[in-house]
Amino acid sequence: MTASTELAPADGVPAVLRPHAEVAFAAELEALEAFDAEEGRPRPPRWRLSPWSVVTYLVGGTLADGTVVSAKYIGSRRLMEVAVATLTTDRALLLLGLPGTAKSWVSEHLAAAVSGDSTLLVQGTSGTAEESIRYGWNYARLLAEGPTPEALVPSPVMVGMERGALTRVEELTRIPSDVQDALITVLSEKVLPVPELGREVAARPGFNVIATANDRDKGVNDLSSALRRRFNTVVLPLPTDVEDEVRIVTTRVADLTASLSLPPVSTAAEEIERVVTVFRELRAGVTADGRTAVRSPTATLSAAEAISVVTNGIALAAHFGDGVLRPADVASGIVGAVVKDPVADAQAWQEYLDVVVRERPGWGAFYEACRDST
Amino acid sequence: MTLAELETDVAAPPRGPVEVFGVRHHGPGSARSLVAALDAYDPDCVLVEGPPDADPLLRFVGDPGLVPPVALLAYAPEEPRQAAFWPFAEFSPEWQAILWARRREVEVGFCDLPAAMTLAPQGRTLLDEASDGLDGPDGSDDAERGEEAGERSAVEELLGAPAPRGGDAAALRRLAGRDPLGALAQAGGYDDAERWWEDVVEGRLDSSSPFPLVLEAMGELRRLVGQRHGRYAEGEARREAMMRQTIRAALKRGRTRVAVVCGAWHAPVLTAPLGPAAPDARTLRGAAKRKVVCTWVPWTHRRLAASSGYGAGITSPGWYAHLFEARDAPVVRWLTAVAGELRGRDLPVSSASVIEAVRLAETLATLRGRPLAGLTEVTDATRSVLCDGDELALRFVTDRLVVGERLGEVPAAVPTVPLEADLAATTRRLRLKREPAARSLDLDLRRGIDRERSQLFHRLRLLELAWAAPATSDVQATGTFRETWRLQWHPELAIAVVEAAVWGTTVEAAATARVDAVVEGQSLVELARTVERCLLAALPDALDRLLAACADQAARDADVLHLMEAVPALARAARYGDVRGTDTTALRQTSEVLVRRTCAGLARATTGLDDDSAVRVRDLVDAVHAAVGLLAQEGATDVRREWLGTLAALVGRADLAPLLQGRLTRLLVDAELVPDAPARLHRALSYGSAAAAKAAWVEGFFTDGAVLLVHDPALRGLLDGWVAGLGDEEFTDVLPLVRRTFGTFSTVQRRALAQRLAHGDAAGPAPDADGPDELVAPVLATVETILEAGRG
Repeated sequence: MTASTELAPADGVPAVLRPHAEVAFAAELEALEAFDAEEGRPRPPRWRLSPWSVVTYLVGGTLADGTVVSAKYIGSRRLMEVAVATLTTDRALLLLGLPGTAKSWVSEHLAAAVSGDSTLLVQGTSGTAEESIRYGWNYARLLAEGPTPEALVPSPVMVGMERGALTRVEELTRIPSDVQDALITVLSEKVLPVPELGREVAARPGFNVIATANDRDKGVNDLSSALRRRFNTVVLPLPTDVEDEVRIVTTRVADLTASLSLPPVSTAAEEIERVVTVFRELRAGVTADGRTAVRSPTATLSAAEAISVVTNGIALAAHFGDGVLRPADVASGIVGAVVKDPVADAQAWQEYLDVVVRERPGWGAFYEACRDST
Repeated sequence: MTLAELETDVAAPPRGPVEVFGVRHHGPGSARSLVAALDAYDPDCVLVEGPPDADPLLRFVGDPGLVPPVALLAYAPEEPRQAAFWPFAEFSPEWQAILWARRREVEVGFCDLPAAMTLAPQGRTLLDEASDGLDGPDGSDDAERGEEAGERSAVEELLGAPAPRGGDAAALRRLAGRDPLGALAQAGGYDDAERWWEDVVEGRLDSSSPFPLVLEAMGELRRLVGQRHGRYAEGEARREAMMRQTIRAALKRGRTRVAVVCGAWHAPVLTAPLGPAAPDARTLRGAAKRKVVCTWVPWTHRRLAASSGYGAGITSPGWYAHLFEARDAPVVRWLTAVAGELRGRDLPVSSASVIEAVRLAETLATLRGRPLAGLTEVTDATRSVLCDGDELALRFVTDRLVVGERLGEVPAAVPTVPLEADLAATTRRLRLKREPAARSLDLDLRRGIDRERSQLFHRLRLLELAWAAPATSDVQATGTFRETWRLQWHPELAIAVVEAAVWGTTVEAAATARVDAVVEGQSLVELARTVERCLLAALPDALDRLLAACADQAARDADVLHLMEAVPALARAARYGDVRGTDTTALRQTSEVLVRRTCAGLARATTGLDDDSAVRVRDLVDAVHAAVGLLAQEGATDVRREWLGTLAALVGRADLAPLLQGRLTRLLVDAELVPDAPARLHRALSYGSAAAAKAAWVEGFFTDGAVLLVHDPALRGLLDGWVAGLGDEEFTDVLPLVRRTFGTFSTVQRRALAQRLAHGDAAGPAPDADGPDELVAPVLATVETILEAGRG
């Protein structure tokens, strides 16, 4: 499964569009591993790093030997500590939050840092079946040989149990309730019975589940209280201040442009800050100085959206512009991100432009660009 | 023992003549260490930071009736607003020290500046400091201190603590003045000084006393911060001089082992050798004094919490109390209590979850490199495991447990102002409790005890003692015999009681005196309102003088509108007075006089009014009309006749504002004094008048008059005909005004009216006058059928 994800920098182009976290940050993980060994920090069974190093891997820092660990999660260290501590206990971890609050991102990096493998993944959809959580069958072999271990197709959860590794369940609340409940036995008994073979798979130490869920989305299946009791909940908040959000956007945009092999574009910090400011103001329903009330559009204006707007702008600037990120490059993206409902959102956006943007010193070019693309 | 001997005799700290215990105010860790240290030292005299004027009150400590949190209150009797508090919680080291001494019958006293000095006018600069005196020196002159660099590193060196995490040096220095142990804790990377005390101070010391180390650390910190200047520094120098003098006095009395319990900051300058007494005596010379009175007052945990902006600057008194009281397994006991609290709020929490929460808290502590889970860890665990990440549920826990509602108690024997004694006796007799948590109380005034309670609350309101405030009841109930109050006792009310004590020795006498004092110079309306409140508070003596003042003022006040404003309050008072069994003859007479004077002046007051004034007069006429109705029920029918006669005379006048004309007509129709109502409406709405005037007339006539319109077919027909007969332009002009009137009708009333109009005059379902809900309509229809059957 992991064989295809190796970097093959033959012509400077990565072999895959988006390498797994454990591949992309292999150097940092190795450094932390060495650091753990040096310091003699205790590691829970089958953990690649000590809990302390996992937290450091997530929030960043500089090790004693000078290795700089980049911040994967920009925000409260306390939250990450709770998340990591949870994984060492009997309970599974549930990351809750609005769209774009880095739930999946954190979950991937946790799995990479703890188990060295972030690929044991169940993607929750309304069509997710019980086989994805328990096990399925290779029907050709099943018909030919009857129920044998070879005919069994294990789910990522089952693999995680056998290996003693972290398994991720994305968008848990999109999975139908009856399928969700299949997790209960796994999480409480730590055993997955396979009656057809007359055996069971018992989880080895190191196994645990990280689930993510959107707490403000339509069409979700609420968790049953029985399942909920198996999880410790960590709510990931929206970034609290502009500086944090600008940092998040800047870092991620840099990562993305590198992996998309976009030509280098001098990204003006000013443009990124502008996009973040617009998003924050529209989201909060009030301008940054707190003096003007603004109508909030229906779109979820998360940091993830801001990242995509800026990346999109960079692509425009690189291929069609003069290689410098200009207001016009982000304008079209921002309009597309904000205006999801053609009537209500368009009006809210127009008002915001005329009332807030036009009056703001230094935002003239941006205003013109937005006017043109609206 | 002489001072010279003292200076040569300090080498052996554990048994020296003076032992200084620098504590963290309200720190449970300090308190526990202190008790152990006192046991070991076995002093024959204990001196505690606090005002020595309160020494006589120390005999109450240990009395089962004195339950912390309590505060020492010192106030100047002739100016009670000049007051200061010294709060104590169960877990305060100072409290534990006093308790220790009282239990062993060891001499105990306070050693700070007396309140007589801190409350003196010239001593005011000291007050800010002394009022939160247990906080040690104030931290506002940070600019002057700690300019020397290297403070952090020295502290680190001293305690071997890690470098500060993101703490900035200026903030640290500021903190060093206010909460020196907190500053050291922060320098050590701790957000909670208690936890730092537990981890670093106690953990490092293998069960030996932590105080020598604290002393050393504070000495270092004081050296680094350096000489301070300014008025706070001056106050501080005086306080420390006073402390030293008190210690010297104790030694002179022949005490051989003096234990001094003070804020850690002061500890280094109080240790032996104390040096010569002369400079200290010089510092203290000439300090102004004034007479002060001290007493114990109940305090609350919320007041101790910094979040309330006053008090001793600790954010989690409930947690500290728990740390102090829990004999073992504090984390487990705490999370169990949290689970109990959540269950009490119908949030299901299983024991399994509590186990998981404990595990998470302990894992977090390990992850953060701390020996024991603290408040941060248990809060994180509570949020994540017990509350499913829900901040709201977590807030319940914070409010109820982390801060914790606890109100201290003070025994009856504690000397206090007579008013407080009377208030305490009255509340006991009326079975009321002074509680910090707000709760509402429904009173049934037909019951003797409830009536007395109500009187007490009203009297306290007259005294501006905001313990009880009128509230709206949760129970839907009307009736003059019911009252709802919201009760919440704040510790500051203790001051208000002392302030109010200047008015009298009992609540009743004080309230009466207070009313008498404010009668002078009040307007008629204010007087009338005060009358009402006096009556509710059952203050007959005050009432007599008030009514006399009312009559005087009415005679002097030429403005009829003022008279009209005063009438409703007086009439209400007369009416409620009957419910309460008060004699209100005088009151009724006064109100009747007021109505008569109103009648005489009304014609003059209603000429030449603009629209706004017309609205005001309309409201007043309505209010007086209702008041006259109340008076008539009391037997004053001739007043009612006179009032209606006045209205009838007015309504014919052509120069009366249309709004008033409509309104007066309506009042007279209701009183059945106008036989020709349809004719009058027709006249008012005929071609002769302008559209705006007509609409104003309609507004006056039909405000709150839906019932009349629904039930009187002739009237409705008339109005209908008028609307139908309006020209297009006229209609457009009138529509807003008419709409405004009809907008005040309820939905049900409007629907009933529309039905009546749509079906001609056929009997539809009977409309309901107050229109509570369309669901009720069928029920009311049935009731009406039954009633009609009964009539038929």
